[in-house]
Amino acid sequence: MIRDITIGQYYSTDSLIHRLDPRVKLVGTLCYIISLFLINNWPGYIIATAFLFMVIALSRVPVKFMVRGLRAIVLLLIIAGVVNLFFTPGEELWAWKKLSITKEGITMASTMVLRLIFLIMGSSIMTLTTTPNNLTDGLEKGLSFLKIFKAPVHEMAMMMSIALRFIPILLEETDKIMKAQIARGADFESKNLIKKAKALVPLLVPLFVSAFRRANDLALAMEARCYRGGDGRTKMKPLIYKKADAAAYLVILLYMIACIYFGRIFKF
Amino acid sequence: MSIILDHVCHTYESGTDLKSDALKDVSFKIEDGEFVGLIGHTGSGKSTLVQHLNGLLKPTSGNIYFDGADINDSDYDRKNLRRQVGLVFQYPEHQLFEADVFSDVSFGPKNMGFDKKEAELTAYSALEMVGIPHDLFYVSPFDLSGGQKRRVAIAGVLAMKPRVLVLDEPTAGLDPAGRDEILSLIKKLHDENKITVILVSHSMEDVANYVDRIIVMNDGSVYLDDTPRNVFSHYRELESIGLSAPAVTYILGALQNKGFNVDTNATTIDEALHTILHALKA
Repeated sequence: MIRDITIGQYYSTDSLIHRLDPRVKLVGTLCYIISLFLINNWPGYIIATAFLFMVIALSRVPVKFMVRGLRAIVLLLIIAGVVNLFFTPGEELWAWKKLSITKEGITMASTMVLRLIFLIMGSSIMTLTTTPNNLTDGLEKGLSFLKIFKAPVHEMAMMMSIALRFIPILLEETDKIMKAQIARGADFESKNLIKKAKALVPLLVPLFVSAFRRANDLALAMEARCYRGGDGRTKMKPLIYKKADAAAYLVILLYMIACIYFGRIFKF
Repeated sequence: MSIILDHVCHTYESGTDLKSDALKDVSFKIEDGEFVGLIGHTGSGKSTLVQHLNGLLKPTSGNIYFDGADINDSDYDRKNLRRQVGLVFQYPEHQLFEADVFSDVSFGPKNMGFDKKEAELTAYSALEMVGIPHDLFYVSPFDLSGGQKRRVAIAGVLAMKPRVLVLDEPTAGLDPAGRDEILSLIKKLHDENKITVILVSHSMEDVANYVDRIIVMNDGSVYLDDTPRNVFSHYRELESIGLSAPAVTYILGALQNKGFNVDTNATTIDEALHTILHALKA
């Protein structure tokens, strides 16, 4: 029942994008998100679309998987689209009672929906092509300059990778406890809100107990292997930039320049 | 009253690339009052199978009948089914949540619509049945020892007064003393309360002394379904699917090879002792 939930799913295959350094992908995703909010005309959107589909093609991840991530925001898309379509003031094209569709409204609604779709698809390329471990390694190294300000970068990255690692375990645990309580007659499908909240107690208490137990075990196991934080710690697979990564940075830079020039400054 | 499985198949994540057949065409019948051992290697489909018995999982195809009614009919009273077929999961102590032992055990009967007095009565007798002393009734279940927690969790299912008790690896993670305690408790429940028991395990040793019938699962299908004596006589085949016969089977086999006239079909230590003494006297 609860197994259907997928968060940050990784699609395992071998491609140019998969092999890129996670730092490149993090920077690239950030740049892409920024670019979506910089562009304000149709040539800009053509460039953004072309870039997105080029990366999808290079990543060898089926488009089906990309679209799957959109299902979660369908409602948001519909609301954003409808509200912008009907309630943007401007040059009226069609009206019925208080509802009216304006020229500005159509532009606003379509850019809003496009931006949201690209935002989700752009960031899901990163999670689909990067393993969670790689991602946190990338974050740790990418943000290591913050160490000058005494920020505990390694500890934060370690916490993040443990948290990610525990998501499937805790989901499985939830499923198990839920089934055990259903076997004892618990009712999780009640429509009554108060009953629904009450029904969560037999689920949440054992779940918290088990999360603490697992955390305790993990801490012990880490200590038994002499884990003592990030200072002086080396990696088995250190992140080193390769030629492809430099080329990717160049492509991202060119994309940003193109976006700013054609999407904002250049007048057609 | 009986449980009938008719060509039950179950596929996880069907329709995706991750699909796996957990159960393949499983059919058998369990009669009233039987004590059945369900045995199989890790991943053989035992746990998936037992979750079908009280309707937690629905078969992808095939039917399951309890008392002659199909439990997956849309108008079947599944809550009542779960009262009748008590399912004790693996590591059941992980499901404890109440502030004290007694309230935790009465959780099940209260859900099943017993009134307060009745629920407390059944909780009381269930705790007595599993041998929890009275002075532990009102302590937090989290303060008990591992074996005690497990017995409290089993009492939580027994308090619903099930007619069929299904236990998934009830001895996992217990020391030998705790294991024997739980198994003899289950045996007592079967003998005195006439409860049908289905005991899931991967250890032949565990079940050999207690059950009347063994169903061996391998790779999602029923591999053998017979009395312990007949099942263990196939011990070479059992080894090939990652299981082993009880140690006595091997010892008696070795003795026979050395020329002793022993009965190699003995399955329990008592029977083995008897046949070895007999051979030595002769």
